[in-house]
Amino acid sequence: MATDVKDERTSSETYETAHEKSSVFYDLYERKSDLKQQTHYCPGCGHGVVHKLIAEALQDLDLQDRTIFVSPVGCSVFAYYYFDVGNVQVAHGRAPAAATGIKRACPEKIVISYQGDGDLAAIGTAEIVHAANRGEKITVFFINNGIYGMTGGQMAPTTLVGQKSTTSPFGRRPANEGFPIHMAELLATLQAPVYVERVALCDNKNIMRARRAVRKALELQRDGAGFSFVEILSPCPTIWGKEPVAARNWVLEKMVPEFPLAVFRDRKEPLPANGAPPQRPVAEVLGINQGINNNGNGRRTQPFKGLSINIAGFGGQGVLLLGQLLAEMGTEQGLEVSWLPSYGPEMRSGSAHCWVTLSKSRIGSPLTAKPDVLIAMNEVSLRKFADQVPSGGFILYNGHTLPEDFPMPQAQVYCIPASAIADKLGSAKAANIVMMGAMLEETGCFEPSTATRFLEAKVKNPTLLEIDIKAITAGCDAVDHQVNLGPVSQPDGFA
Amino acid sequence: MAARGKVTISVDECKGCGLCVESCPPKCLELAEELSPYGVHPARYTGSECTGCGICFYCCPEPGAITVYRLAPPAKKTSTLVAEPVAP
Ligand SMILES: Cc1ncc(C[n+]2csc(CCOP(=O)(O)OP(=O)(O)O)c2C)c(N)n1
Ligand code: SF4
Repeated sequence: MATDVKDERTSSETYETAHEKSSVFYDLYERKSDLKQQTHYCPGCGHGVVHKLIAEALQDLDLQDRTIFVSPVGCSVFAYYYFDVGNVQVAHGRAPAAATGIKRACPEKIVISYQGDGDLAAIGTAEIVHAANRGEKITVFFINNGIYGMTGGQMAPTTLVGQKSTTSPFGRRPANEGFPIHMAELLATLQAPVYVERVALCDNKNIMRARRAVRKALELQRDGAGFSFVEILSPCPTIWGKEPVAARNWVLEKMVPEFPLAVFRDRKEPLPANGAPPQRPVAEVLGINQGINNNGNGRRTQPFKGLSINIAGFGGQGVLLLGQLLAEMGTEQGLEVSWLPSYGPEMRSGSAHCWVTLSKSRIGSPLTAKPDVLIAMNEVSLRKFADQVPSGGFILYNGHTLPEDFPMPQAQVYCIPASAIADKLGSAKAANIVMMGAMLEETGCFEPSTATRFLEAKVKNPTLLEIDIKAITAGCDAVDHQVNLGPVSQPDGFA
Repeated sequence: MAARGKVTISVDECKGCGLCVESCPPKCLELAEELSPYGVHPARYTGSECTGCGICFYCCPEPGAITVYRLAPPAKKTSTLVAEPVAP
C-alpha cells in the first residue's frame, strides 16, 4: 500500500536547518541605533551576496578566528560591522598594501582584501598590480559593479562603453574616457598570482559558481599557495536605476559580454622558489635580538638601541660597500636600517662617504648630522668629519697614530692601521672589513660571528673570504689592544 | 505529504528586493501584498513545494533574512552545511 508509506513519512516529519545566517556575521550590527538586524546595503545589492559567500566559506573552512578582513572605501566601507573577524578599514584603494603588511607580519592569518571597482581599478590600481606581482599570499575579492556606488554614480574604469554615469552623462566614450579595464585579465598577465577567476552574480547557476570561487580562493590562502583574486560582476540596482531583478539580468546581458567569465589563472605547479622573504615573529623583531649586544667580552652592558655611522675615505677603499654590508646585516638581524651613500663626482675618484643607521626603532632620517661613529679611512675624511662626532661617540681612524697637528676631538679615537693589517693578511682591499671587525667589537651591535656567517654567504671567492674572515678578527683584536685616545664614554646609541 | 523543504523569512531583515522570488525554481516564494513595518513588501513562503534547494538563500543579499530547512532524512545524515544546492 503506497499510501501507507507516504503516511509514515508525514508522521515522522521534522526539518533540519540547511542554510542559515552564518555565525561569522555578528548577531546585530552596531552601526546604527535602529535596524541593527539589517545591513546598510540597498535592496538587491551584490555586496550582501558576496558577504554571505565569504562568511559561509570562512565558517565551513573554520577560518573565522584567524581571518583579518580589510575593508575598502566604497559602499562596503562598513564591512567591519558585519564580519565577526579581525577587521581593518583602510584608505581608498590601499587595501592590498595594508593586506600585504598584515600578511607579512602575521603569515598565519587569513587576510582578505575586499574592494570595489572604483577602489581597486581606479585610485588603487598601483596597489593591486604590485601586490599581485609580488605574489602576496592574500585573497582579493573584487566587486565590479561598473560604477562608483557610494558617491552616487560616477564613472568607474569598469563602466561599459556607452554607459551613462554622472561623469559620463552622454555615455562612456572610449575616445574620451578609455575602454573598460579588465582587471582579472590584466592581473593574469603577471607571473605570480596563483588563482584569478571572474564570476558573476547574474543568475542562480553563476551565483553558485561564485560561491565555489570564493571558497577556492580562501582554501588556496589557507594552504599558503599565493595571491588569489576573484572578480565578481555585481549588481548595483540603485545607481543603475533598475529594479533588483532587472539589475541582475543586466549583469548577464550587458556586463558578461564585456567581462567574460573564466578562470584566467589556476596554477597547479608551485612558483619557482627564489628565497622566501625574511620573516620573523613580531615579538622577536621587537624584542632583544639574539645576535645583538652579546659579544661576551663585557665591553657593552647596556641594551643596543641604535647607531648612526659615517664611513668615509677614498673611492676604492670599499667605503660604500662597508656601509652596504652593515645595512644588510642589520636587515638580516631584524633592525631598521638606512644606507645613504653620498653620490656625486666623488664617486669617480677622490673621497667617498656614506651614512648608515642601524636602529631598533623607526629611522627618522638617513642623514645624521652627529653620527655616533666615524670610520675615517684616510686623513682627509678624519679632518673633514671628526668634529661631527659628539662626545660619547667614537672615531676609528685608519692609521697608526693621529696626524701630529690634529686637535684631539671630543669623541674617543681608535687608531687602527686597517690598510696595513689588511695588506699583511693578503689584500689591502680588506681594510674596510678590518674596520668592520673593529666597529663590531667596539659597539657590540652584532656578534663578529654574525658578520662571519654573513660574509660566508656573500663572498663567493674562497681566497677573499678567508682574508675577510681574518680581517674581522684582526679588527676586533686591534680594538681590544688599543689604548683609547680622547675622552672615554659611551656613544649615544648605548644610553 | 510534507514538502521536502521549508523556508522562513525574517520580516525584520527582508528588504523586499524580490531576488529570492525570481530565483526560486519551483516558484514557491512571493512578495506579500501588505507592507512590512519597514515599508517594503517582504518575501514569504507560499507554504508548499519548497525542495530545500537553498538557492534563494544564496541569492538573497541579507545575511539572515532567509533560512532554508530540509526534511530530515529518516536515517543518519551528516553536515548539511557543505552540501551544495543544485542550481536549476
Ligand atoms: C582618497 C579618496 N578619494 C575619493 C574618495 C571618494 N570616494 C568614496 S567611495 C568612492 C568610489 C567607490 O566606488 P567603488 O570602489 O566602485 O565601490 P562601490 O561603492 O561601488 O561599492 C570614491 C571615489 C575617498 N573617499 N577618498
Ligand atoms: S549603491 Fe549600489 S553598490 Fe552601493 S549599496 Fe546600493 S546597490 Fe549596493
